[in-house]
Amino acid sequence: MRIACPYCGERDAHEFTVRGEARAGTLESDPGREFARVYERANPAGPTREFWYHGAGCRSWLVVERDTRSHAILSVAYAKASQ
Amino acid sequence: MRYSALSLAWNALTGHRGWRPAWRDADPKDEYDIVIVGGGGHGLATAYYLAKEHGLRRVAVLEKSWIGSGNVGRNTTIVRSNYLLPENIRFYEFSMKLWERLEQDLNYNAMVSQRGVLNLYHSDAQRDAFARRGNAMRLGGVDAELLDREAVRRLYPFLDFDHARFPIQGGLLQRRGGTVRHDAVAWGYARGASDRGVDIVQNCEVTGIIVEGGRAAGVETTRGRIRAKKIGLAVAGNTSRLGEMAGLRLPIESHVLQAFVTEAVKPLIDGVITFGAGHFYVSQSDKGGLVFGGDLDGYGSYAARGNLPTVEDVCEGGMALMPMIGRLRILRSWGGIVDMSMDGSPIIDRTPVDGLYLNGGWCYGGFKATPASGWCFAHLLAKGEPHPAAAGFRLDRFATGHLLDEKGQGATPNLH
Ligand SMILES: Cc1cc2nc3c(=O)[nH]c(=O)nc-3n(C[C@H](O)[C@H](O)[C@H](O)COP(=O)(O)OP(=O)(O)OC[C@H]3O[C@@H](n4cnc5c(N)ncnc54)[C@H](O)[C@@H]3O)c2cc1C
Ligand SMILES: [Zn+2]
Repeated sequence: MRIACPYCGERDAHEFTVRGEARAGTLESDPGREFARVYERANPAGPTREFWYHGAGCRSWLVVERDTRSHAILSVAYAKASQ
Repeated sequence: MRYSALSLAWNALTGHRGWRPAWRDADPKDEYDIVIVGGGGHGLATAYYLAKEHGLRRVAVLEKSWIGSGNVGRNTTIVRSNYLLPENIRFYEFSMKLWERLEQDLNYNAMVSQRGVLNLYHSDAQRDAFARRGNAMRLGGVDAELLDREAVRRLYPFLDFDHARFPIQGGLLQRRGGTVRHDAVAWGYARGASDRGVDIVQNCEVTGIIVEGGRAAGVETTRGRIRAKKIGLAVAGNTSRLGEMAGLRLPIESHVLQAFVTEAVKPLIDGVITFGAGHFYVSQSDKGGLVFGGDLDGYGSYAARGNLPTVEDVCEGGMALMPMIGRLRILRSWGGIVDMSMDGSPIIDRTPVDGLYLNGGWCYGGFKATPASGWCFAHLLAKGEPHPAAAGFRLDRFATGHLLDEKGQGATPNLH
């Protein structure tokens, strides 16, 4: 698996750390919605968006869109830009 | 099909043409009292105990592929009950006791081998944590021994005790832990269930869950519609997919876990060893291959195969623990899709949809749970009440705060 970092170019997945499903980082004031944000997952079999950190490269946080059935990478963007 | 020394000898002399299938490959009926989705270890064990312990016979197990094609046939066969939290100790020790009499119960050779599971520690802090865990186990009636460095050396003199970064200080040993032949567990439960009237239906993928008036009433499958009074899900890595069919969003992520086996060598490791400082564990199969594994790849996956960075990490762990492993060639590696829950512990519970029951969240450690999971899920399905040994494994514990987080990792499933 190789990830095309927008800053560094295409690099081995070994350089990155995955954080999980790209969800909103802001707390919900409604307890039910906050519970859903923290604990529930769509967990799709197909395209999904995840946070990845390019720790052994430019140290950017990225949003990687990936197909969980094939591991094919569909798009990569800076996490900041996608907020 | 029954086996004996005589039938073995007879078949050996007659070209092995006399063997018969061990269970019935059934066609689906239109209706059952209980339908279990998923013909892995848990689904088959559930069906077996429904028939045997509760006398329920109008039961079907629906499997999208062949039974044993999922994680029950992909795991590294380790069984143990070395947990810290009371709910987990109670449940996994119950499972260990069922393993100890499984072969007599099923009259099937599952090669249950209590060869001992040793978790190594490499620092003072880790020793303290293991001492605490061992004490919790003993308070829960589980066997545990804290070994010092010399005691570990007597068991496994070939380990790298003086590794510059992770010297071995000792280990926590559960002698009753060990390994069990995984395929035989699926086959033994399948035969026991089938003999008692359960229909095992293969190549039958559930594609929809029929909900009528808020109640589950049956399933749509690739072999037609099947009605049922109760439906039990035991689909491991596909739990979220089945939940979605009933409109549920679950506290689960699907991840890939890899495992490896080397060429066969003479007897070398007579137990199970886990490296406490990295992600590596190993045992030796009766054929002689070293069976080993490590951590999840870490990203969401339904692909049942992993990537090379994890292969490299796992092999590095192996080299750090027992450098001579570098001389062996890896014969095969594979992956399985595991259902990681948000606290690392499983779920055996009702769902918000009446008549729909959930067995999932087994993470990378559900093989050892197979007998107890089947027992407790059958109890829940038959009686509508949770079995005491699994009463903590509630679906709503994430909302109520009654988490069972052994490691204290929080809702980060890829780190459990
Ligand atoms: C590499 C690896 C190593 C492991 N090592 C260990 C270990 O050493 N010790 C341990 O305790 N645990 C281990 N585990 C975990 C353990 O294997 C699983 O937790 C356990 O097997 C899951 O339960 P199961 O046997 O019922 O799952 P499975 O065998 O995966 O059964 C689920 C079944 O559901 C079927 N299914 C899915 N969707 C549908 C559908 N829509 N319709 C019909 N059927 C469907 C699948 O085809 C599958 O056969 C390991 C797992 C892996 C992947
Ligand atoms: Zn970069």
